[in-house]
Amino acid sequence: MASSITPPNTYEPAGGPGPFPSVGARTRALFPSGFGDWVFKYSTLLFAIGIAGLVVAIIVSMAQNSTLSVAKFGWSFLTNTTWDPVHEQFGAAAFTYGTVVSSVLALLFAVPVSLGIAVFLVEQAPRRLSYPVSFLIQLLAAIPSVVYGMWGIFVLAPLLRTYVYPPIQSALGFLPIFQGPTNGLGLMTAGLILAVMIVPIVTAVSTDVLRAVPDTQREAAFAMGATKWETTQVVLGAARSGISGAVILGLGRAIGETMAVTMVIGNRPEISEHLFGPSYTISAAIANEFTEATSELYRHSLVELGLILFIITFVINVLARLLVWTVTRGQGSARA
Amino acid sequence: MSRMPSVFRVLLPLALLSCTGLILAGCKDASSNNSGASEVRLQGAGATFPNPLYQKWFSEYNKLHSNAKFDYQSIGSGGGIKQISSNTVDFAGSDATMTDQQLQEAPAELLHIPSVLGAVVMTYNIPTLSGTSLKFSGDTISGIYLGNIKKWNDPKLVADNPGVNLPAADITVVSRSDGSGTTAIFTDYLSKVSPEWKDKVGAGTSVKWPVGLSAKGSEGVTGQVKQSPNSIGYVELIYAEQNKLPYADVKNAAGQFVRPSIQTVTNAAAGSASSIPADLRVSITNAPGTDAYPISTFTYFLVYKDQKDQAKGKALVDFLWWATHDGQKMAPDLIYAPLPAEVVQKDEEKIRSITYQGSPLYKG
Repeated sequence: MASSITPPNTYEPAGGPGPFPSVGARTRALFPSGFGDWVFKYSTLLFAIGIAGLVVAIIVSMAQNSTLSVAKFGWSFLTNTTWDPVHEQFGAAAFTYGTVVSSVLALLFAVPVSLGIAVFLVEQAPRRLSYPVSFLIQLLAAIPSVVYGMWGIFVLAPLLRTYVYPPIQSALGFLPIFQGPTNGLGLMTAGLILAVMIVPIVTAVSTDVLRAVPDTQREAAFAMGATKWETTQVVLGAARSGISGAVILGLGRAIGETMAVTMVIGNRPEISEHLFGPSYTISAAIANEFTEATSELYRHSLVELGLILFIITFVINVLARLLVWTVTRGQGSARA
Repeated sequence: MSRMPSVFRVLLPLALLSCTGLILAGCKDASSNNSGASEVRLQGAGATFPNPLYQKWFSEYNKLHSNAKFDYQSIGSGGGIKQISSNTVDFAGSDATMTDQQLQEAPAELLHIPSVLGAVVMTYNIPTLSGTSLKFSGDTISGIYLGNIKKWNDPKLVADNPGVNLPAADITVVSRSDGSGTTAIFTDYLSKVSPEWKDKVGAGTSVKWPVGLSAKGSEGVTGQVKQSPNSIGYVELIYAEQNKLPYADVKNAAGQFVRPSIQTVTNAAAGSASSIPADLRVSITNAPGTDAYPISTFTYFLVYKDQKDQAKGKALVDFLWWATHDGQKMAPDLIYAPLPAEVVQKDEEKIRSITYQGSPLYKG
C-alpha cells in the first residue's frame, strides 16, 4: 500500500527525465567533479584561520605599542593605583577595579531580573503576551549606548541622588560600602545602567534556552506531582549550562561597555570601597584620554590598559567555558 | 508630443535643465582653468575647540577661492601635532604649543601661527543664589580644585564675594575626564597662580585631579554642573554663552575682577603681546593688564616653514593671511575673540617667512 506513494515534490535525479537538466548536472559540466567541494572547504578554512589570525594580530600590535610602559613600569603597572599623566606615572589597578566591580554589580542586578522575565515568558505567560513582551525586551538591546548614558545623566542619576541613595545611606550607612558622597555618579549608578543594558541579551538567550528544554521534562515533573514552582526548578536545572552562557554574554557586554559608563561613573581613578562614589573603567579611560595622549609613554600606557582589558575578557571566557563544561558533564541538556 | 507619456513631460525639461547646468559648470571650470588655478585640496587635523570657526572659515574662503578646498578633522590637539609631525596633513590645529622635544622630533621646522583666542570660564550651580554672579580669585579656584576649600561659605570665598549669601554646603567639584585643550589651559592657569598646584598636580591635557568627579566633554561637565546642586565646573566661554550658563568674574594679575568676554580675552592677548617670544609659543594665562581676563589662550595653526608642494603651499599661505585678517571679523559672531593688531602683525611676519624651495610664497 505505502510502496506506491511518491512524495509530490521530490527532486528529479540528475540526468533523469525532465525538460531541463538539474543544477547539479550543469555545475558538473563546468567544473571537474569535487572542485566545488574543494573550494568550499578551503574558503571556509581560510575564514576560520583569518579570524584566529586577526586575534593574534591584535595581541601582537597591542604588545608592540605598549613596550615603553611595560619596560618602564613592569608588573607594577598592574598594582599601581596612580594615574598621573602630567608626571607620567601610570598604573592600571584603579581602572581594573572599576571595570570588574561595575560589571559584577551589573550582573547582580541583571541576572535575577532576566531569569525572572525568561521564566515568566516561557513557563507562565500566555502565548499572546509572551511574544510581544520578548519583542519589546529585544528592542531594548537596540538602543545605542550613548542614549543610555544620556538617560543615566539626566534621569537615573538625579533620581538616585534624591530618592534612593540618601535613604540607603541613612539606614545602612554603618557599612563602609554605603558611605561617602552620594552625588548620583559612581560605581553603583554605572552598575545599574549596565544592568539595564545587559538585561535584554541575558533575557533573550535565557528565553531561547528555556524554550529548548523538551516539554517531556515538564510533563514528567507534573506527572510526578510536582507543583509549577518545582517544575520550573527542574526546567532551570536542565537549562543551567545555557543560562550560564547567557550570563557570560551579559558580562562580556558589561565589561566592554564604554560610552554609557563613562557618562555616569564619575571618571575618578581610585580604589574606594564606597559604591556610591566615583570610579573609572578601562574602556572609559581609553576612550577619554587617547585623543590627547601626546607623549609616547602615555599612549603606550593606554594601549597596555587595552591589553589588560583584552586579557580580562579572555580569562572570563575561559572560566565560562570551564564552568559550562563542569555543569554539563554527564548530562544531555539544552544549550544556547 | 501630446502622445508623450506624462513622466517624460516632467523629465524632459529637467534633463534639459541639468544639461544647461553641466554646460555652465563646464564654463566655470574652464574659466578658472584659464586663470591658471587648478583645484588644491588641503588636509588638516587637530584641535576641536576652534573647529566651528575653522569650518566657517573654510566654507567662506572657498566661496572666494573656489579652487581651494579644505578638509579639517577635529581629532584633538594631540592628534593634530602627531599628524603634522608624521606629514600626513598639510596643516594642524592645536590649542597647546608644541614642546621643545616635539619640535625637535618633527621632520622639519614647524611654525606656530595664532589663529584666534579662546577662554575658559568658571561655571557653577548654587540654587540659593539667584542672579548675582560670583567672583573668584586664582587662590580660591586652586583651593577648590585642590580640595583645600570644601564649603561654599569658606572665609576666602566670602571675602571675595561681599554681600553674597553663600550656602554652608559642600562643593561638588567637576572636571573634564577626556584629554582636552580646555583642561590644559585651566591647569596652566592654576599652575601659574598656585605654587601648590604646580607642585602637586601640574598642567596638561589630562591631570590627576585631587578631588571631585570628571565628566566627558563640555556637554558632560555642563550637564553635571546643571544637575548637581552646589557644584562648580569649567568650560569654554563659547560653550557657556551658547548654553546660557552662569559664569564667574575672575581676579587677574592686576588684582581686578574681570568678567570673561570677547573684549577682555582680546585684552589678555594684547597685554601679553610685548612678551611674546619669536616663535610665538606663549601662554597668555594670568596676563598683565587691568582689563585682561586671566584664563585666556591662543589657538594655533601649525604649518611647515618650508612647503614641499608649491600649489598647496601657495594656497595655504593665502588662506592663513585671509584667516588672520578678514577671517578675524567672523570670530565674534561665533564667540571667539579676534587677535589684537599686535599679534596679527607677528602672524604676518610668520606667514611671509613660509617658503617653497627658499623663496617666499606669500606675495602681497
